[in-house]
Amino acid sequence: MRTDLIIIGGGPAGMAAALAAYEKGITDLLILERDKELGGILNQCIHNGFGLHTFKEELTGPEYAVRYMDMVAEKKIPSLLNTMVVDVQGGSPCVVTAMNREQGMFKIEAKAVVLAMGCRERSRGAMNIPGTRPAGIYSAGTAQRYVNIEGRMPGREVVVLGSGDIGLIMARRMTLQGAKVKLVAEIMPYSGGLKRNIVQCLDDFGIPLKLSHTVTQVHGKERVEGVTISKVDEKLRPIPGTEEFVACDTLLLSCGLIPENELSQGAGAQMDDMTAGPVVNARLETTVKGIFACGNVLHVHDLVDNVSKEAEKAGEFAADYILNGEEDWGEVVRPKIPEKTKCTLPEDRDAGSQLICIGCPVGCLITVKKNEDGSLDITGNTCKKGEAYARSEMTAPVRTVTSIIRVEGGSGKVVPVKTAGEIPKGKIGQCMDEIEAAVVSAPVKAGDVLIENVAGTSVSVIATGNLL
Amino acid sequence: MYDVIVIGAGVSGSAVARELSRYELKTLVLEKASDVCEGTSKANSGIVHGGYDAEPGTLKAKLNVLGNKKMAALSKELDFSYKQNGSMVLCFDEKERFKLEELKARGEANGVEGLRIIDRQELLEKEPNVGDEAVAALYVPTGGIVCPFGLTIALAENAAVNGVEFRFGEKVTGIQKKESGYLIQTESQEFETKVVVNAAGVYADQIHNMVSENKMEITPRKGEYLLYDKKVGNMASNTLFQLPTILGKGILVTPTVHGNLLTGPTATDLPDKDGKETSQDGLAQVTEKAALSVKGIPGRQVITSFAGLRAHLTKFAGHNVDDFVIEEVEDAPGFIDVAGMESPGLSCAPATGEYVADMIKKILHPEEKKDFISTRKGIMSMALATEEERHAKIKENPAYSNVICRCETVTEGEILEAIHRPLGATTTDGIKRRTRAGMGRCQSGFCNPRVVEILARELSIDASQVKKSGGDSWYILPEE
Repeated sequence: MRTDLIIIGGGPAGMAAALAAYEKGITDLLILERDKELGGILNQCIHNGFGLHTFKEELTGPEYAVRYMDMVAEKKIPSLLNTMVVDVQGGSPCVVTAMNREQGMFKIEAKAVVLAMGCRERSRGAMNIPGTRPAGIYSAGTAQRYVNIEGRMPGREVVVLGSGDIGLIMARRMTLQGAKVKLVAEIMPYSGGLKRNIVQCLDDFGIPLKLSHTVTQVHGKERVEGVTISKVDEKLRPIPGTEEFVACDTLLLSCGLIPENELSQGAGAQMDDMTAGPVVNARLETTVKGIFACGNVLHVHDLVDNVSKEAEKAGEFAADYILNGEEDWGEVVRPKIPEKTKCTLPEDRDAGSQLICIGCPVGCLITVKKNEDGSLDITGNTCKKGEAYARSEMTAPVRTVTSIIRVEGGSGKVVPVKTAGEIPKGKIGQCMDEIEAAVVSAPVKAGDVLIENVAGTSVSVIATGNLL
Repeated sequence: MYDVIVIGAGVSGSAVARELSRYELKTLVLEKASDVCEGTSKANSGIVHGGYDAEPGTLKAKLNVLGNKKMAALSKELDFSYKQNGSMVLCFDEKERFKLEELKARGEANGVEGLRIIDRQELLEKEPNVGDEAVAALYVPTGGIVCPFGLTIALAENAAVNGVEFRFGEKVTGIQKKESGYLIQTESQEFETKVVVNAAGVYADQIHNMVSENKMEITPRKGEYLLYDKKVGNMASNTLFQLPTILGKGILVTPTVHGNLLTGPTATDLPDKDGKETSQDGLAQVTEKAALSVKGIPGRQVITSFAGLRAHLTKFAGHNVDDFVIEEVEDAPGFIDVAGMESPGLSCAPATGEYVADMIKKILHPEEKKDFISTRKGIMSMALATEEERHAKIKENPAYSNVICRCETVTEGEILEAIHRPLGATTTDGIKRRTRAGMGRCQSGFCNPRVVEILARELSIDASQVKKSGGDSWYILPEE
């Protein structure tokens, strides 16, 4: 087999790179994806908060993925699904070895390759958390896959370690599905997640966030029976005497992401210790001839929108390389790594009059003063959305609910859904009951109305992903 | 009525079972866990010791040297991973160099071949990353490394193929002496047998004490380990010991047969026979001491930590015994102990099996089996296979092209084999030990839901019934 361009990975990076290369005139190209559909990890990130930069609106992960999938389909860009790449070699041509059920093990030659394999999560072992080794310890992403793709619950009583956005979002997700999330422990004195997520994932459900705390012991011989959490000092060492036993059957770990570079290293690409991704030049070209890299395989990004942007560039550079030939490699350009979120909610915040805006990742602290005539003085917001949010939050708070609905007769077991608009906060429980009771028949397309007038709110629950 | 019942399906029990399967004997192995290799055999250093360490004349010395000599041939016969990578005992102080000489003399008395003391320069040539303070070493060219799961599973599978029966989830709760043998009670049933082999690891004292007045006491000695990514697997090529202390062979640094780097074990005596938790202090101690042997092992390349329990015999019939007890119990004829199988128990296993089988032959005088199958083919690793082998496997079954564990490149085909072989895997740990799915750097973060799904499908059970290692080790809740 031979093609001009191979893109390894059909997630947000791979799809954006493919589309950009196509626009530049590379129409003979191929995406290799190990899962049964394109979209990558976005398919299990059913919450919203994606696409504010790329599409100027707030989308769920599957919706963001579907937009790109539609564009890929429209351009008829071919992809091989359920296909695992086992080896990549650079040069002219580059040679990619892959495996799938239909074709067995096969080689494809290409003029260029874009690496877009994404990243993986840090495991319990990598953190050296002492204790027993029972079942019930999951990385947040593994649990997310169980809940959002398989429609199965990995536990009843949960402790989350790590307060990055994935940890916060899984705390809410497990709660909405009926689990009791005991607490979220964070070793740093600040959260690694966005303020809006602390508010809408923890505060909304009364889940405590224990900053400067970590898990120092896992208990339970067969299944997790509890964890010991301890306070840590400024050097992040557990402080003796602060141990506290928390009974739970599940420990979720959200403790960082690592670019997945087995293939890049197999190709002989020089690696950057700082980013844990390959070394690249200004054209996102690795040190191996013909191989480019983008997205989380290059370095861990904060927003998918930034992944898409970087991947478009990689696609364009790869296209240039194919069309115009090799240029002088030039010098190493380390990608700009986003600054780590370090977020705390103001401790002395008066819950009655001060609130954190959840309208966007900025998370403004807004103060609301109620005047005698009943009007509100709203200060601290930096945009109009903030004012509207504060007004509604003080009078009739609302939220968008995202979840899954069971599907019969389809290629998957569940389809991701959301409320088409915001519903009163007090109706979340009833809304979830109706969502859990619902069963729909395949096929389902993103945007299909699956429940009308959910919980009597006159808001519909709509599908956010496709299911054939 | 069985001829022989072996209690315990660890490496010693499995080795005995395999040797017994050469004869016309009705043999049963009772195991309390849900799989073979669930106790000490699954959490140890995976070392085939040279045999220089034990006191001359002891069973430890004799069986170690013999086991070491048999291991290479056995690994070919039964197809498990073994490598004679060589061992070294490092000395960090000129003043202690004489201890290397002592060890060498002891090794030679035990019949260990090729022992040599090397100076720092040769040490550096062989091990460029060796610690700055290492001044000399005893070089043991016959030292090796083995996959402890591979060895145990291979022995057990071969025994099963040759007619030995295995029953899992059968915890022995009582043993009664009968006129012509023993009645063994488990939690759910009873079995009669002429001969009993007690290979119950850290519980061998409890089993022994059910039949004998000469009481035995085994104190589990916990060892904690750190396992590192394959990226740093080449930081040592020999197995690097430190001069032994009273608590054992000290902290070692070794490559594993699969290319990882392993450091450990600590040595803590425990009252709890099931206390396999790791500790902050223990792991810190491993890191600190391993750094003496090999410098610059990067902490962030740790992929997991674990602890195992050595079956350390503290008392037998009122005496301290610093050896294995492999003998017919004095006041219980036909009851054979294989007890106190701490290090070098794994290295000894091939010899232990024969040694015990010989004892049983003298009691039961069995005929040799004419159709004994001496060889066994393991699951071929797609990751290590040649291109031709891979193509052939995929042609046989397309499932060999479906990669389930991406870190270790384990395919669905290999997992299906692991499930459907004799004594096939029924748990994710069972899959892991047979195929390495989940043993890589992401520690099953990616493949866990996929392996659970395959197990559920192949065993026709709901995914909520799939366990990590039996008992209450479920992964997901039943559907409402």
